[in-house]
Amino acid sequence: MSKILEGLLYSETHEWVKVEGNIATVGVSDYAQESLGSVVYVEGFQDADVAQGEECGAIESVKAASDIMAPVSGKVIEVNNEVLDNPELINNDPYANWILKIEMSDEAELNNLLDATKYQSICK
Amino acid sequence: MDDKLIFEKSSNSRIAYDFAEYEHKYALSDKYQRKEELLFPEVSELDVVRHFTNLSKKNFGVDEGFYPLGSCTMKYNPKINEELAGLRQFNNVHPLQDEKTVQGCLEIYYNTSKLLEEITGMAKFSFAPCAGAHGELTGLMVMKKYFEERGEFNRKKVIVPVSAHGTNPASAAVCGFEIAVCNCVSDGCVDVEMLKGMLDENVAGIMLTNPSTLGIFEKDILTISKLVHKNGSLMYYDGANLNAVLGYVKTIDMGFDIMHINLHKTFSTPHGGGGPGSGPVGVREDLVKYLPNPIVEKKNDKYHFVYSKKSIGKVSTFYGNFNVVIKAYAYILSLGKEHISDVSRLAVLNANYIKESLKDEYILPIDRHCKHEVVFDGIKDHKVSTLDIAKRLLDYGYHPPTIYFPLLFHETLMIEPTENESKETLDGFINVMKKIAHEDIEVLKTAPHTTIVRRLDDVKAARFPKVKYRDLL
Repeated sequence: MSKILEGLLYSETHEWVKVEGNIATVGVSDYAQESLGSVVYVEGFQDADVAQGEECGAIESVKAASDIMAPVSGKVIEVNNEVLDNPELINNDPYANWILKIEMSDEAELNNLLDATKYQSICK
Repeated sequence: MDDKLIFEKSSNSRIAYDFAEYEHKYALSDKYQRKEELLFPEVSELDVVRHFTNLSKKNFGVDEGFYPLGSCTMKYNPKINEELAGLRQFNNVHPLQDEKTVQGCLEIYYNTSKLLEEITGMAKFSFAPCAGAHGELTGLMVMKKYFEERGEFNRKKVIVPVSAHGTNPASAAVCGFEIAVCNCVSDGCVDVEMLKGMLDENVAGIMLTNPSTLGIFEKDILTISKLVHKNGSLMYYDGANLNAVLGYVKTIDMGFDIMHINLHKTFSTPHGGGGPGSGPVGVREDLVKYLPNPIVEKKNDKYHFVYSKKSIGKVSTFYGNFNVVIKAYAYILSLGKEHISDVSRLAVLNANYIKESLKDEYILPIDRHCKHEVVFDGIKDHKVSTLDIAKRLLDYGYHPPTIYFPLLFHETLMIEPTENESKETLDGFINVMKKIAHEDIEVLKTAPHTTIVRRLDDVKAARFPKVKYRDLL
C-alpha cells in the first residue's frame, strides 16, 4: 500500500503539490515512485512557463521514462538540484524530496486537483 | 572463457602489421597529425581473431534458440533471402549508375511496391525510409504536406493512444506536431468516447497500430476511421504489427490513408544486431505525389526513377536499404499469394496457445482472443517480479520476452512466439515457464546462475554509466 500524505494536493498523473502563498512545490507520489521502480534520472524545466497538465519535467527509472506534468500553470522558479544529482532520493522518500517549484498564475486551478482521500481512490 | 576487454589484452608495442616504412611516404602534414596519444589496443592478429570469435559465442540470436521478444517480431530470417541479396549482381551496382544499366534493381523496387500495394491496398510505396521510426517520420511529413497544400495550417495536433509504441509520439514531435494522448478502455482498445471529444479543427491525424501493442485487434477501427475522416483528419497506420493480419485485412479497408511497414518484422529481414532495417511508406492515391523522391515507375517495359515536384523531398541518401528490399521480395515470392496469410494465422495460433497454456500461472489482464502476441501482468500473486522471471529464463537458454512494455500494467511480460516455432518448441518454453512459477523464490531473485555474468546492477549501470574504456582507467 503506497503512502499518501494528508494536507497535500494530488494530480491524476501522480504528482503531489504543497501550496505556500502563490508558490506550488511539486514532487511525485509514493505510488508513482513505486510504479516506476529505481529512479535513475530526474529533470525539471527551470524558468519554463508551463500550463496545467503539460510537461514540466521528466523522470526515468530502469523500467520506464515518464513526463512530470505541471499540476498548476505558472513559471518554474526553482528546481531541486539535490534530487537531480541524487535521483534515488525519490525512492527513499518521495514526499521529503520535492522536484520543482512553480509560481502559480491561476490559483483557482488548485480546485482541479485531488485531496488525499480522492487521490487514494485512484491509486489501485 | 575470459571476460577481458580487448584493451585489457593490450601489450605495449604488440602489433599485427607493421607499416613503418610507409609512414613517411604517406604521412599527413603536421597540422593534421593527432597530438593526443591514440588509445588503441596493441594486440596481434591472433589476439583479435580469438577475442571476437569468443565474443560471438556469447551472442544469442534466433538461429540459436527461441526468441519471443514481444513487439519486436524476432522471426526467423530464411537463408534463401540472404543468398539472393548476396548475389554479386546486386552488390556490385552503384547508386549513381544510369538507370538503363540497373533495370533489374529498379524492377525489384517496382515489383515489391506492387506486392505491398496488393497486400495493403495502398496506391504506392516509397522505400526511402531506413527503419520503422524513419517511416513514421516520413509518413507524418506527407501528412503535414497534405494539410499545407490545403492551407489548413491549424492542423498541428496528432493523437496517439496511450498503448502506442513510444516511437509514435516521438516521430510526431520530431515532425513538429503537438501530441495528444487518448486513453484505452479496459480491453486495451481506444476509448472512442474520449477520442470523439478530442477531435477538432486542430487535429491533423491519429496514429494507430492494429492490432495494438497489447496484441488486441482494435474492434472499433471502422468507427474510429469514420470519426477521424469526418473531422477532416488523416489515419496513420503503424505497420509494426502487420504480421498479425497479413493476408487477412487490407490496411486501406480499415480506413487508413498513410502507413509504414517494418520489412525487418513482417517480411522476415534481419534486425537487432543483424540490421539494417527498412520502413517503406505507402499512401492512398491522392498522396502519392508527396512521397519522397524518387519513386520507380514502369513505362513501355522499362523502369524509371520518377521525381514529383510536390514531393516532401529526400529522406535518405539514394534509395534506402536496397538489400533489405531484395530479402523482403524473396520472402513474399517464396510464400506466394496462397501462403502469405499462413504467416499471421500461425503467429496468432502460437500466441493463443501460449496464452491458454500459461494463464493458470501468470496473470492475464485481458482475457480474450489475442493476435500475434500475448501480454501477461507478471506471475500469480506477484511472488517475484517480471524481471526475476526474465533473468531466470536465461538459465534455461531462452531469450526473455519483452518486459515492462507496454506501460499499461505494472509487471508486463509480453510474449511473441512468431509463426516459425513448432509445437515442440512452444511446449518446451511453456514447461519452463510453468516450472519457474513453482521454483524457490530465492533462486528466482538471484537468477541468472549459469550465464557468464550474473545479475547485473541495472540501477547502478543507469546512474553511473561507464561507456568508454577510458572511464575505467
